[in-house]
Amino acid sequence: MTVSVYIPTLFRHLVGNRVHVQARGRTVRDVLVDLDRQFPGFRQQLFGPEGRLAAHINVYVNQVEIGTLQGEETPVREGDEVAVIPALAGGAVALTPEMVERYSRHIIMPQVGSAGQRKIMEAKVLIIGAGGLGSPVAIYLALAGVGTIGLVDFDVVDRSNLQRQILHQDDDVGRPKVVSAKETLLAYNPYVQVVTHETPLTSDNAFEIIEPYDIVVNGADNFATRYLVNDACYLLKKPLVDGSILMFDGQATTYLPGRGCYRCLYPAPPPPGMVPSCAEAGVLGAMCATIGSIQATEVLKLILGIGEPLVNRLLLYDALALEFRIVRIRRDPNCPLCGDNPTITQLIDYEAFCGSPFPAAQHA
Amino acid sequence: MTVLLFAGVAERVGARRLAVEVAPGDRVRDVRDRLVAAHPQLEPFLPTLRYALDEEYADEDTPVPAGATLALIPPVSGG
Repeated sequence: MTVSVYIPTLFRHLVGNRVHVQARGRTVRDVLVDLDRQFPGFRQQLFGPEGRLAAHINVYVNQVEIGTLQGEETPVREGDEVAVIPALAGGAVALTPEMVERYSRHIIMPQVGSAGQRKIMEAKVLIIGAGGLGSPVAIYLALAGVGTIGLVDFDVVDRSNLQRQILHQDDDVGRPKVVSAKETLLAYNPYVQVVTHETPLTSDNAFEIIEPYDIVVNGADNFATRYLVNDACYLLKKPLVDGSILMFDGQATTYLPGRGCYRCLYPAPPPPGMVPSCAEAGVLGAMCATIGSIQATEVLKLILGIGEPLVNRLLLYDALALEFRIVRIRRDPNCPLCGDNPTITQLIDYEAFCGSPFPAAQHA
Repeated sequence: MTVLLFAGVAERVGARRLAVEVAPGDRVRDVRDRLVAAHPQLEPFLPTLRYALDEEYADEDTPVPAGATLALIPPVSGG
């Protein structure tokens, strides 16, 4: 008998990311054994050490759970649909033994635990720019198992990116950054989902792109995109973990809606050409990891609800002096966006506002 | 008082730390004007420059106590 087996997201990496695969057998057990023969690694996901179907896995034949039929000996017929569904616990995905091992150094900390790890696996985080900051942020979030990682970038990998953008390697020069980034992240951790947005972020698409995510990380390389991301996140009530770098200096802070925003900090963009970009002035590659790692840490703290986020505080990193300073900042009641009498209630023309077009790249 | 410079401001001035004389009653704007007089290359930064006095955000009217540390913070856009 040949049946169609529905593969849930969690296991799709084992079967070439297909939703349905064909398998043969007379009983459910035959079908599962055939799955493992076709896709090595499946068995250890499904069966416990004694060769029994793991307690957190439910199998359905034509949408009837086999526990109410004949268990693993339930016969199947030609054309049946078999579904292999991991149990849900509190609305969260169950941790397989492999995941428990993979994330064990997080799970053993009481501040994380298996409940925290499930929160991480359910989280959806959007990263603006797959460049200097976006690289370490994306890699650490993928390693931590953040369930959905979105990447916005429309540029291709340039050789001059390789000095700091650790998502991309020499062979990637000329390839779209989001494609190279997705490959790198899935190689690090096949259990995460990477959603690529290969487009410039604009006032026309920002809401649509940002809306599905829980938290946004800013790794943009220009002021127009920084004001756009700030305004869109505030208007959509999304936390924004901000970071920026130039030469030997870095800045980082976290904006929670209603508790201050980028406009409270910097009400007006600098005149065009006043503050150089990394392309113009350079940046020490290793600095990206310092600031990006702080951003990734902030994201994980927000997901887990632990510690004190970098809210109402601006971190200044001076790599030459090797000094970190934290400056207390606050919401400006006169802020045109998040103040008491806002005048910006929708996205505006950021190229006009900044007096310069969105540059050819959104990450430097 | 000590003035700390960051990012592009530090680059333009060629220093990351300056000592500036402060008179009683001075406010942030007085110190800033004195700095700009000594380092005219700071002038173009003024519209976007932010100030922190002893690690607390300050505006131009904030009084400057003797011995305080003033940080001049320009926005940075690189990512």
